[in-house]
Amino acid sequence: MSPYSLSLKSMKHRMGSVMITVVSLALGVALLLGVERIRNEARYGFTNTISETDLIVGARSGSVSLLLTSIFHIGNVTDNVSWETYQKIERNPQVSWTIPLSLGDSHKGYTVLGTTNAYFEHYKYGQKRALVMAEGVEFADTYDAVLGAEVAEELGYTIGQQIVLAHGSGDLSFVEHSENPFTVVGVLKRTGTPIDQTVHVPLEGIEAIHLDFNNGEGHVHHAGCNHSSHKKEVSSLDAFDALLAGDEEVDLTPTEITAFLVGMKSRPDAVMLQRAINTHDAEALTAVLPGVALTELWQVVGVVEKILFVVSVLVLFVSLASMFGALMMSIKERRREIAILRSVGARPRHIVSLVLGEAMLVTLAAIILGASLFYVALFALRPLIQERVGMWIEITPPTSTEWAMLGIIFCAGVLIALLPAWRCYRSSLSDGLTIKL
Amino acid sequence: MTGEIAVELKNVRFAWEQDIVLEIDHFEVRRGEKLFVGGPSGSGKSSLLSLLSGVTVPAEGSVELLGQDLSSMSNAQRDVFRADHIGYIFQMFNLLPFLTVLENVTLPLRFSKKRNARVSDAKAEGLRLLRHLGMEEFTERRVIDLSVGQQQRVAAARALIGGPEIVLADEPTSALDETNSRAFVDLLFQECENTGATLIFVSHDSSLAERFDRSYLLGGEEA
Repeated sequence: MSPYSLSLKSMKHRMGSVMITVVSLALGVALLLGVERIRNEARYGFTNTISETDLIVGARSGSVSLLLTSIFHIGNVTDNVSWETYQKIERNPQVSWTIPLSLGDSHKGYTVLGTTNAYFEHYKYGQKRALVMAEGVEFADTYDAVLGAEVAEELGYTIGQQIVLAHGSGDLSFVEHSENPFTVVGVLKRTGTPIDQTVHVPLEGIEAIHLDFNNGEGHVHHAGCNHSSHKKEVSSLDAFDALLAGDEEVDLTPTEITAFLVGMKSRPDAVMLQRAINTHDAEALTAVLPGVALTELWQVVGVVEKILFVVSVLVLFVSLASMFGALMMSIKERRREIAILRSVGARPRHIVSLVLGEAMLVTLAAIILGASLFYVALFALRPLIQERVGMWIEITPPTSTEWAMLGIIFCAGVLIALLPAWRCYRSSLSDGLTIKL
Repeated sequence: MTGEIAVELKNVRFAWEQDIVLEIDHFEVRRGEKLFVGGPSGSGKSSLLSLLSGVTVPAEGSVELLGQDLSSMSNAQRDVFRADHIGYIFQMFNLLPFLTVLENVTLPLRFSKKRNARVSDAKAEGLRLLRHLGMEEFTERRVIDLSVGQQQRVAAARALIGGPEIVLADEPTSALDETNSRAFVDLLFQECENTGATLIFVSHDSSLAERFDRSYLLGGEEA
């Protein structure tokens, strides 16, 4: 005797309602997998806002605050790193590359980042993902600008657009560097990182506008102002004249930068260099390992992750509740079937195994269908997610957590069927062989 | 083996929610006998059937089938006993709609080792019974394509497969017209005689009673 072939045939007969149960549970499974994947990708994306960079170096501060200012462009920089120190570290034989970062200006609320073309070459995020130009090219001239994807999209800028930078951050900056407009030469592809909201200009450009600025209107110190050019005020008049005259000799080398990124030739050396920088006597500096600092920061902002997890669990709960309802309905539908089976000699345990068998098959089918749905949706929506959110979700087999979740769904599905099965057992005893309809 | 007692009820009192619905001092059916059980509704026909099938046990008294006391058995033992020794026919809706006619007929063999052991080939035996009942053309049909009369013949084949000693029929002809119901009773008699099964046929239609060996009237005296 095989209660499972009976179960299968019975289910086939009730195809319509069984399919509805399977599909609704499968949608729950797919949703759960989706939420779980997004949750992981959000954390992964966050902790990989910057990757392949071994050290972030800035003026002495906490690791999270250095990360916030240099990578997330949140908050103001209180102190800078001298150009000499930067160059000294750059020349270190263990160092493979460096990217200088100079912050302090903005454009219509978007952060302006002064840097070099090394930025486009070496900056990586996610899993070794390099910055890619959606259109245009890197810096070639002092007044070139490369926009993050969101800046270009929100402000409707394309190649050739002239933009004016404002001093200080925020949209309400009083002073604009209107004498020296920058020209958009490139737009980056979306990354899903703060880069999307950044206007990139060459370090020299930052220097140049402050020469002009200092010359023209005098300098107003205010919070958030941290320009290296303050130190140059004495000589700026001459330099600006020279610049206007088209003199190529003008020295636009900055004296200070906000922070810089370091890539080592050999990764393990990073810790040594970090210690050397942190204990450097000549200048108070902080070097942080980005991965460590990002994880630290995620622990602060990771509440979102916990909320998503709760959502996942609720989704699962609702799906299982709907399966429970469907099973209870199917048992009402099947009282006649049960009476007939009892009359031909089926024992209550056969009836119970029919119900449990059905629950198992339904749950299993739902898990398989749900997982397939999830992967199909992932495959189909991946380009869209990448374009809109900048999150590239890799198609990988279920993680151990996801397997565990699927296992829990299966067990819960069978467990949930115990009550209907028990009711079935009870009613098969009390109904006896009479068919009560 | 005729003359041996197949079913014996002694001093049975069966109560349903405090009300006594069935009181039988002595009830006896011999092996191979065809007994008609009649009586108006509420006379305890279904209570008698649930006692005979071992679904329920009496508050008092004993129910003996084939020399075994059902009331001394556990629920599980009674389930096995029923599967092995009793063929059961309902009033209607006897068949599982998701199985073919032949699968319906051989269904009891799945649940009883004894009945399965009595047939060498389940399919062949099912076909043989269906042929006897004039249903050979319908073996692979879907149940819903059959008329009620045809369904009852399939139900009879199912009750008889594997040679159970006792066949209980619960108003099996009430959904049939007179011609069909006579034909059905004829076929049932024939098959019970072939296997030597004891038939207990419960019906409110007393016009059928005269064709049985004996009839027993509930809510009245024995005729």
